[in-house]
Amino acid sequence: MTQSALPFIFLALAVAVVVFGIGVVVVSRRRAARPIRPVVKAAPQRTDAPNVVVVPPVEVPEQVVEAVDEPVVASLRDRLSRARSTFVGAVASVVGRGDITDATWDDLEEALLRADVGVGVSRALLDDLRTRVDKRTVTSPADLVAALRTEMARRLEGADRSLHFDATLGAPNIWLMVGVNGAGKTTTLGKIAAQQTQAGRSVLMAAGDTFRAAAGDQLATWAQRSNAEVVRGAEGGDPSAVIFDAVQRAAARRIDLVLADTAGRLQSNTNLMEELRKVRRVAEKGEGRVTETLLVIDATTGQNGLSQARQFADATQVTGVVLTKLDGSAKGGIVFAIETELGIPVKLVGVGETIDDLMAFDPVEFVDALFDEAR
Amino acid sequence: MFDTLGDRLGGVFKRLRGKGRLTEADVNDMLAEVRTALLEADVNVGVVRSVVDRIRVQAIGAQVSSALDPGQQIVKIVNNELVALLGGETLKISYASQPPTVVLMAGLQGSGKTTSAAKLANWFKSQGRNPMLVGADLQRPAAVEQLRVLGGQINVPVFSEPGDPVATAAKGLAEAQSLGKDVLIVDTAGRLAIDAEMMQQVADISSAVKPHYTFLVVDAMTGQDAVTVAKSFDETLSISGVILSKLDGDARGGAALSVKEVIGKPIAFAATGEKIDAFEQFHPDRMASRILGMGDVLTLIEQAERVFEKEESEKAAAKLMEGQFTLDDFLDQLQQIKKMGSLSSMMGMLPGMPKELKNAQISDDMLKSTEAIIRSMTPDERRRPEIINGSRRSRIAKGSGTEVADVNRLVKQFSEMQKMMKRMGGMGGKLGKGGIPTDLAAALGGRQGPR
Repeated sequence: MTQSALPFIFLALAVAVVVFGIGVVVVSRRRAARPIRPVVKAAPQRTDAPNVVVVPPVEVPEQVVEAVDEPVVASLRDRLSRARSTFVGAVASVVGRGDITDATWDDLEEALLRADVGVGVSRALLDDLRTRVDKRTVTSPADLVAALRTEMARRLEGADRSLHFDATLGAPNIWLMVGVNGAGKTTTLGKIAAQQTQAGRSVLMAAGDTFRAAAGDQLATWAQRSNAEVVRGAEGGDPSAVIFDAVQRAAARRIDLVLADTAGRLQSNTNLMEELRKVRRVAEKGEGRVTETLLVIDATTGQNGLSQARQFADATQVTGVVLTKLDGSAKGGIVFAIETELGIPVKLVGVGETIDDLMAFDPVEFVDALFDEAR
Repeated sequence: MFDTLGDRLGGVFKRLRGKGRLTEADVNDMLAEVRTALLEADVNVGVVRSVVDRIRVQAIGAQVSSALDPGQQIVKIVNNELVALLGGETLKISYASQPPTVVLMAGLQGSGKTTSAAKLANWFKSQGRNPMLVGADLQRPAAVEQLRVLGGQINVPVFSEPGDPVATAAKGLAEAQSLGKDVLIVDTAGRLAIDAEMMQQVADISSAVKPHYTFLVVDAMTGQDAVTVAKSFDETLSISGVILSKLDGDARGGAALSVKEVIGKPIAFAATGEKIDAFEQFHPDRMASRILGMGDVLTLIEQAERVFEKEESEKAAAKLMEGQFTLDDFLDQLQQIKKMGSLSSMMGMLPGMPKELKNAQISDDMLKSTEAIIRSMTPDERRRPEIINGSRRSRIAKGSGTEVADVNRLVKQFSEMQKMMKRMGGMGGKLGKGGIPTDLAAALGGRQGPR
């Protein structure tokens, strides 16, 4: 066998095994629809957990209190005002044209694409408007922009964006943070902790990111700021165990809310996604219930965001999206596709590094901010 | 997920068969598909426009060759154009005559600077250098701690002190000089490109340490904003190159193209995994086919070569082609393949896989039952599956915790695969020549088990 043919032989083998394996899988999955014998699984055997340490809350917060003192009641639109120039440019030229031409449609498409709304969704939005223009229900460019704005806001209407907290549970509510590396899970969790503490709920943080070096330290710093307790595990330890222990501890101490951090992972990494599935499952082995699973997405994310949402939702039943870093020049349009195509509501928006920079998502403000022409 | 460019063009070129020359209208239809493919890969709108224009010039009037159909031809033109765009002059690291060679890392929050800094330090070590890290990210809680842990893992010293990041960086440089380190990598805090104050700070760090190389770390998942970010960082810091992080995911990575096109600086490194040595110099040709969704065969083959035991595999492959492949061999190969990483990521890298398979959610667990069934067979049964009768079948099913029907199916599919491989063994010659083994993919596409 020649050297040059060898790689393709490897490939052939790979394909063979994959194809062969999948044939079996596809069938066995179809079969899984039939009733199957119940499998009784033993509850995870846990005695005490030597690897888990509980860090008591530390009194600090002089300088932090200062930051909290300043009431920041800026609207999302105000916070987003810095970076809207591209959209404004396209919209301005649309309106400036006096008539709806081919260039109008190109400009609008480009504006949507630049905001990372995506090709498919942009096209669907514009096709819808095109019929209205054909029917002469929309005639001027200004009306067209207004119609697009209204249509986008309408598609985001009616979703339940509240953070679910079941006070009747009699056990800790668990809010789980999931997402890819660097999306801002730990920071978001820190901000939620502070806000929930201010709202009068007792909070315990579970440092479920046992992979990234010093992620636990980062969380502990946030815990100090909101005076919350942290349960940490050994670096490289089992995240499920850490979160399970945190829930046990919260239940014993009648704490309202467990905020569980997880390590960032790319959704294409099957093994890590399986690990996350397990985390979600084991979190409910004790008394607590997961009432919110938040997928954290960076506003700079492009079309891959849709794949993220799909895979994370499949693994952990995501209940909401947190869109972070929206104070930059990125517009986060991918969440429009995520919400309208996958039905996962955007619940929170991160617009800065302080505790108050985590705000409720308001669809009208979000769309308005995209179309804002004030500058 | 998204269709590959090849799939997209398929519909258009069907009606072009037999044409000797591509008309302008034909080309426009195809270019519309090229445009969509690039946009779905997150290439910036403006960049897409200029790239498509250039491709148009090359495509109009291109003679239809006998070997390639018009669709393939366009794919080839597009691919060549992207390779040219992404490639160009590669970044060669030359070391300062007066050490240390200073490297500054910059980028948005969460783009992967700290991890990349450590990976880069590890890369310098592998080049025989003696690097040191400076943690000048005093913003994010525990960022310095993260760098220290990573530095500890690769045995590279980390310098940092609380207070002012500019002063820390300057002290780090002095420290490196006194310790005789020949490379110094300065990690900085993540910052938004539109945050003037923070951009000034990184400019100050830059003038304090006078870096020989400044790398912008860009997340491979970045969308349209990559251009804005690259531009402002380049204006502030005069970037020498880009490090593309998180390339091990399923993002197409069009941001790489946008950044290269807009600031004209090379993509120097790519981070391709969670492990600290998952960091390599950038391959423009592979990135081009990835952006186009044409698979990444070379990476796959490289991975295969790393984990497969060569002689064993050669033997197995020869057996396979001759139809002498037994279930035992199959089991061996399965083990090897499992070492290569997750099946779904492998599927993504294979060109020409049928769409149904690409979309199928494949988990590594799914091969477990196949494995269990084979392991429940006697050696004799593995060699000659045809001897498996009713009672053997039910024994195997019991042993593997599956059902008789599963065992049947596996045996049947295995014999079909054997036949197919035998046939392919006959046309083995067609697989050479460095191209994509389309015959192979087509052969498999037509027959993938029960529907």
